[in-house]
Amino acid sequence: MRARILVRPKAGLLDPQGKAVERALPALGFEGVGNVHVGRLIELDVPDGSDVAAMCDKLLANPLIEDYEILYEADGLPGPNGTPTFDRPA
Amino acid sequence: MRIGVVRFPGSCDEVDALAAARCVGEARLLWHADRDLHGVDAVVIPGGFSYGDYLRVGAIARFAPVMESVAAFSGRGGLVLGICNGFQVLCEAGLLPGALLPNSGRRFLCRQVDCVVTNAHTPFTRACGEGDLLSIPVKHTTGRYHAPEVMLDEMEAHGQIVLRYAPGHNPNGSERDIAAVVNRQGNVFGLMPHPEHAVDALTGSRDGLRVFESMREAVAGPVAA
Repeated sequence: MRARILVRPKAGLLDPQGKAVERALPALGFEGVGNVHVGRLIELDVPDGSDVAAMCDKLLANPLIEDYEILYEADGLPGPNGTPTFDRPA
Repeated sequence: MRIGVVRFPGSCDEVDALAAARCVGEARLLWHADRDLHGVDAVVIPGGFSYGDYLRVGAIARFAPVMESVAAFSGRGGLVLGICNGFQVLCEAGLLPGALLPNSGRRFLCRQVDCVVTNAHTPFTRACGEGDLLSIPVKHTTGRYHAPEVMLDEMEAHGQIVLRYAPGHNPNGSERDIAAVVNRQGNVFGLMPHPEHAVDALTGSRDGLRVFESMREAVAGPVAA
Protein backbone atom coordinates (compact mmCIF):
# COMPACT_ATOMS: atom_id res chain seq x y z
CA MET A 1 0.00 0.00 0.00
CA ARG A 2 1.39 3.36 -0.99
CA ALA A 3 0.95 6.31 1.36
CA ARG A 4 1.51 9.96 0.62
CA ILE A 5 2.12 12.33 3.50
CA LEU A 6 1.73 16.09 3.14
CA VAL A 7 3.62 18.06 5.78
CA ARG A 8 2.81 21.75 6.21
CA PRO A 9 4.01 24.50 8.53
CA LYS A 10 1.47 24.74 11.35
CA ALA A 11 -1.26 27.27 10.69
CA GLY A 12 -0.44 30.63 12.23
CA LEU A 13 3.33 30.17 12.18
CA LEU A 14 5.31 32.52 9.98
CA ASP A 15 6.26 30.64 6.80
CA PRO A 16 9.16 32.55 5.20
CA GLN A 17 9.37 30.13 2.24
CA GLY A 18 5.70 30.62 1.44
CA LYS A 19 6.13 34.40 1.73
CA ALA A 20 9.08 34.35 -0.66
CA VAL A 21 7.10 32.41 -3.26
CA GLU A 22 4.09 34.68 -2.77
CA ARG A 23 6.25 37.70 -3.53
CA ALA A 24 7.96 36.08 -6.51
CA LEU A 25 4.76 35.21 -8.42
CA PRO A 26 3.61 38.79 -9.14
CA ALA A 27 7.09 39.50 -10.50
CA LEU A 28 6.28 36.94 -13.21
CA GLY A 29 2.91 38.52 -13.92
CA PHE A 30 0.77 36.13 -11.81
CA GLU A 31 -1.44 38.53 -9.89
CA GLY A 32 -3.90 37.89 -7.08
CA VAL A 33 -2.11 34.92 -5.51
CA GLY A 34 -2.29 34.77 -1.73
CA ASN A 35 -1.92 32.51 1.30
CA VAL A 36 1.02 30.57 -0.20
CA HIS A 37 2.59 27.87 1.96
CA VAL A 38 5.45 25.54 1.15
CA GLY A 39 5.64 22.11 2.76
CA ARG A 40 7.06 18.68 2.16
CA LEU A 41 5.82 15.56 0.37
CA ILE A 42 6.78 12.07 1.56
CA GLU A 43 5.70 8.88 -0.19
CA LEU A 44 6.26 5.38 1.08
CA ASP A 45 5.14 1.76 0.69
CA VAL A 46 3.71 0.18 3.83
CA PRO A 47 2.15 -3.23 4.55
CA ASP A 48 -0.96 -1.43 5.78
CA GLY A 49 -1.88 2.01 7.03
CA SER A 50 -1.83 1.28 10.73
CA ASP A 51 1.59 2.76 11.57
CA VAL A 52 1.76 5.79 9.31
CA ALA A 53 0.39 8.27 11.84
CA ALA A 54 2.90 7.03 14.42
CA MET A 55 5.72 7.45 11.87
CA CYS A 56 4.57 11.03 11.34
CA ASP A 57 4.44 11.79 15.05
CA LYS A 58 7.85 10.28 15.75
CA LEU A 59 9.92 11.24 12.72
CA LEU A 60 8.31 12.44 9.51
CA ALA A 61 6.81 15.59 11.03
CA ASN A 62 7.51 17.65 14.14
CA PRO A 63 4.08 18.12 15.73
CA LEU A 64 5.26 21.29 17.51
CA ILE A 65 5.72 23.15 14.23
CA GLU A 66 4.10 21.06 11.49
CA ASP A 67 0.73 19.55 10.58
CA TYR A 68 0.49 16.47 8.42
CA GLU A 69 -2.13 14.82 6.27
CA ILE A 70 -1.98 11.15 5.23
CA LEU A 71 -3.43 9.99 1.92
CA TYR A 72 -3.53 6.44 0.62
CA GLU A 73 -3.31 5.29 -2.96
CA ALA A 74 -6.74 4.88 -4.50
CA ASP A 75 -7.69 1.42 -5.73
CA GLY A 76 -5.60 1.00 -8.83
CA LEU A 77 -6.85 4.13 -10.58
CA PRO A 78 -3.92 5.76 -12.35
CA GLY A 79 -3.73 9.55 -12.56
CA PRO A 80 -3.54 11.52 -15.78
CA ASN A 81 0.14 10.71 -16.39
CA GLY A 82 -0.04 7.11 -15.23
CA THR A 83 0.95 8.12 -11.70
CA PRO A 84 -1.15 6.74 -8.87
CA THR A 85 -3.92 8.95 -7.56
CA PHE A 86 -4.34 9.41 -3.85
CA ASP A 87 -7.48 9.63 -1.78
CA ARG A 88 -8.11 10.50 1.80
CA PRO A 89 -8.31 7.51 4.11
CA ALA A 90 -11.84 6.17 4.59
CA MET B 1 37.35 18.48 33.50
CA ARG B 2 37.09 16.26 30.40
CA ILE B 3 34.70 17.40 27.68
CA GLY B 4 33.57 15.18 24.82
CA VAL B 5 32.60 16.80 21.52
CA VAL B 6 30.38 14.72 19.25
CA ARG B 7 31.24 14.50 15.55
CA PHE B 8 28.38 13.58 13.21
CA PRO B 9 28.68 13.26 9.45
CA GLY B 10 28.18 16.91 8.47
CA SER B 11 29.37 18.50 11.71
CA CYS B 12 31.58 21.51 11.01
CA ASP B 13 32.20 23.28 14.32
CA GLU B 14 33.58 20.38 16.33
CA VAL B 15 37.19 21.53 15.95
CA ASP B 16 36.44 24.99 17.31
CA ALA B 17 34.41 23.37 20.10
CA LEU B 18 37.42 21.20 20.99
CA ALA B 19 39.66 24.27 21.04
CA ALA B 20 37.23 26.15 23.26
CA ALA B 21 36.87 23.17 25.60
CA ARG B 22 40.67 22.93 25.86
CA CYS B 23 40.71 26.48 27.26
CA VAL B 24 39.10 25.06 30.42
CA GLY B 25 40.20 21.41 30.50
CA GLU B 26 40.82 18.33 28.43
CA ALA B 27 38.73 17.51 25.39
CA ARG B 28 38.25 14.66 22.96
CA LEU B 29 36.04 13.83 20.00
CA LEU B 30 33.14 11.38 20.37
CA TRP B 31 32.12 9.52 17.22
CA HIS B 32 28.41 9.48 16.33
CA ALA B 33 28.36 5.71 15.77
CA ASP B 34 30.10 4.95 19.08
CA ARG B 35 27.94 4.56 22.18
CA ASP B 36 30.94 4.95 24.47
CA LEU B 37 31.22 8.43 26.00
CA HIS B 38 34.72 7.54 27.27
CA GLY B 39 34.03 8.79 30.78
CA VAL B 40 33.77 12.48 29.92
CA ASP B 41 32.35 14.96 32.44
CA ALA B 42 30.38 16.95 29.88
CA VAL B 43 29.23 16.57 26.27
CA VAL B 44 29.08 19.19 23.51
CA ILE B 45 26.82 18.67 20.48
CA PRO B 46 28.44 21.06 18.00
CA GLY B 47 27.19 23.09 15.06
CA GLY B 48 27.03 21.99 11.47
CA PHE B 49 24.67 20.04 9.26
CA SER B 50 24.42 16.62 10.88
CA TYR B 51 23.32 13.96 8.38
CA GLY B 52 22.87 16.72 5.82
CA ASP B 53 19.97 18.18 7.84
CA TYR B 54 17.80 15.77 5.85
CA LEU B 55 14.06 15.78 6.58
CA ARG B 56 14.39 18.57 9.20
CA VAL B 57 17.37 20.08 10.94
CA GLY B 58 18.49 17.72 13.69
CA ALA B 59 15.81 15.12 12.92
CA ILE B 60 18.10 12.26 11.89
CA ALA B 61 21.04 12.92 14.23
CA ARG B 62 18.88 12.22 17.24
CA PHE B 63 18.83 8.54 16.21
CA ALA B 64 22.63 8.24 16.15
CA PRO B 65 23.96 5.56 18.55
CA VAL B 66 25.89 8.20 20.52
CA MET B 67 22.65 10.07 21.23
CA GLU B 68 21.28 7.11 23.21
CA SER B 69 24.27 7.46 25.52
CA VAL B 70 23.94 11.24 25.61
CA ALA B 71 20.27 10.91 26.63
CA ALA B 72 21.19 8.44 29.39
CA PHE B 73 24.08 10.69 30.48
CA SER B 74 21.77 13.71 30.71
CA GLY B 75 19.26 11.59 32.63
CA ARG B 76 21.97 11.01 35.26
CA GLY B 77 22.51 14.78 35.50
CA GLY B 78 25.48 15.02 33.12
CA LEU B 79 26.08 18.41 31.48
CA VAL B 80 25.13 18.62 27.80
CA LEU B 81 25.76 21.74 25.71
CA GLY B 82 24.13 21.99 22.27
CA ILE B 83 25.33 24.74 19.96
CA CYS B 84 23.37 25.75 16.84
CA ASN B 85 22.78 22.43 15.03
CA GLY B 86 23.44 20.81 18.41
CA PHE B 87 20.57 22.88 19.87
CA GLN B 88 18.34 21.71 17.01
CA VAL B 89 19.34 18.09 17.65
CA LEU B 90 18.57 18.36 21.39
CA CYS B 91 15.14 19.86 20.63
CA GLU B 92 14.36 17.09 18.13
CA ALA B 93 15.53 14.51 20.68
CA GLY B 94 13.12 15.93 23.24
CA LEU B 95 15.97 16.76 25.64
CA LEU B 96 15.07 20.45 25.31
CA PRO B 97 11.64 22.05 24.83
CA GLY B 98 10.64 23.80 21.63
CA ALA B 99 11.88 23.77 18.04
CA LEU B 100 13.90 25.88 15.62
CA LEU B 101 12.24 27.31 12.50
CA PRO B 102 13.68 29.04 9.41
CA ASN B 103 14.81 32.62 10.10
CA SER B 104 11.99 35.12 9.67
CA GLY B 105 14.09 36.98 7.09
CA ARG B 106 14.69 33.77 5.09
CA ARG B 107 18.41 34.47 4.75
CA PHE B 108 21.45 32.75 6.18
CA LEU B 109 22.78 35.02 8.93
CA CYS B 110 26.36 35.45 10.03
CA ARG B 111 26.92 38.27 12.47
CA GLN B 112 27.97 39.24 15.97
CA VAL B 113 25.02 39.67 18.36
CA ASP B 114 24.65 40.80 21.95
CA CYS B 115 22.89 38.42 24.32
CA VAL B 116 21.63 39.25 27.80
CA VAL B 117 22.14 36.70 30.56
CA THR B 118 18.68 36.25 32.06
CA ASN B 119 19.53 33.33 34.32
CA ALA B 120 23.04 33.24 35.83
CA HIS B 121 22.26 30.28 38.08
CA THR B 122 22.74 27.50 35.54
CA PRO B 123 25.87 25.33 35.16
CA PHE B 124 26.38 27.07 31.80
CA THR B 125 26.13 30.69 32.99
CA ARG B 126 27.31 30.65 36.61
CA ALA B 127 30.51 32.51 35.64
CA CYS B 128 28.28 35.37 34.41
CA GLY B 129 26.22 37.94 36.25
CA GLU B 130 22.51 38.41 35.70
CA GLY B 131 22.05 41.09 33.04
CA ASP B 132 25.58 40.69 31.62
CA LEU B 133 25.88 41.28 27.89
CA LEU B 134 27.73 38.61 25.91
CA SER B 135 28.93 39.39 22.40
CA ILE B 136 28.81 36.11 20.47
CA PRO B 137 28.44 35.35 16.74
CA VAL B 138 25.44 33.62 15.17
CA LYS B 139 25.56 31.82 11.80
CA HIS B 140 22.45 29.92 10.79
CA THR B 141 19.44 29.65 8.50
CA THR B 142 17.14 27.86 10.93
CA GLY B 143 17.40 29.65 14.26
CA ARG B 144 13.95 31.04 15.01
CA TYR B 145 13.11 29.58 18.39
CA HIS B 146 9.50 28.52 18.74
CA ALA B 147 7.41 26.88 21.43
CA PRO B 148 3.68 27.13 22.17
CA GLU B 149 2.74 30.07 24.40
CA VAL B 150 1.78 27.86 27.34
CA MET B 151 5.16 26.12 27.17
CA LEU B 152 6.99 29.47 26.96
CA ASP B 153 5.15 30.76 30.05
CA GLU B 154 6.07 27.62 31.93
CA MET B 155 9.71 27.95 30.85
CA GLU B 156 9.80 31.57 31.98
CA ALA B 157 8.36 30.57 35.34
CA HIS B 158 11.13 28.00 35.82
CA GLY B 159 14.02 30.19 34.68
CA GLN B 160 14.60 28.06 31.61
CA ILE B 161 15.21 31.03 29.31
CA VAL B 162 18.88 31.64 29.93
CA LEU B 163 19.98 34.08 27.22
CA ARG B 164 17.92 36.57 25.26
CA TYR B 165 19.03 38.60 22.27
CA ALA B 166 19.57 42.19 23.46
CA PRO B 167 16.97 44.74 22.30
CA GLY B 168 17.41 45.23 18.56
CA HIS B 169 19.66 42.17 18.24
CA ASN B 170 17.10 39.41 17.61
CA PRO B 171 18.45 38.23 14.25
CA ASN B 172 15.95 35.54 13.33
CA GLY B 173 12.51 36.35 14.79
CA SER B 174 12.86 34.04 17.80
CA GLU B 175 9.89 34.21 20.14
CA ARG B 176 10.48 36.42 23.18
CA ASP B 177 14.02 37.09 21.90
CA ILE B 178 15.10 33.66 23.11
CA ALA B 179 18.72 32.78 22.30
CA ALA B 180 19.34 29.98 24.81
CA VAL B 181 17.25 27.62 26.92
CA VAL B 182 17.93 25.00 29.57
CA ASN B 183 15.88 21.94 30.49
CA ARG B 184 13.86 21.85 33.71
CA GLN B 185 16.60 19.90 35.52
CA GLY B 186 19.14 22.55 34.49
CA ASN B 187 21.78 20.23 32.98
CA VAL B 188 20.96 20.37 29.24
CA PHE B 189 21.57 23.70 27.56
CA GLY B 190 21.05 24.78 23.96
CA LEU B 191 21.78 28.03 22.15
CA MET B 192 21.92 29.34 18.59
CA PRO B 193 24.89 31.72 19.11
CA HIS B 194 28.34 30.09 18.97
CA PRO B 195 30.28 30.54 22.21
CA GLU B 196 33.08 28.33 20.82
CA HIS B 197 33.79 30.97 18.17
CA ALA B 198 34.22 33.66 20.84
CA VAL B 199 37.07 32.44 23.04
CA ASP B 200 39.98 34.46 21.63
CA ALA B 201 40.42 38.22 21.25
CA LEU B 202 41.71 37.51 17.74
CA THR B 203 38.15 36.84 16.58
CA GLY B 204 36.66 39.86 18.31
CA SER B 205 35.27 38.59 21.60
CA ARG B 206 36.15 36.24 24.45
CA ASP B 207 32.64 36.29 25.94
CA GLY B 208 31.86 32.75 24.79
CA LEU B 209 34.56 31.43 27.09
CA ARG B 210 32.31 32.17 30.05
CA VAL B 211 29.99 29.35 29.05
CA PHE B 212 32.90 26.90 29.16
CA GLU B 213 34.26 28.43 32.40
CA SER B 214 30.81 28.03 33.93
CA MET B 215 30.81 24.35 33.00
CA ARG B 216 34.26 23.87 34.53
CA GLU B 217 33.06 25.48 37.79
CA ALA B 218 29.94 23.35 37.79
CA VAL B 219 31.87 20.11 37.24
CA ALA B 220 34.54 21.08 39.82
CA GLY B 221 31.94 20.87 42.55
CA PRO B 222 28.92 22.35 44.16
CA VAL B 223 30.77 25.34 45.61
CA ALA B 224 28.23 28.08 46.24
CA ALA B 225 28.42 30.64 43.47
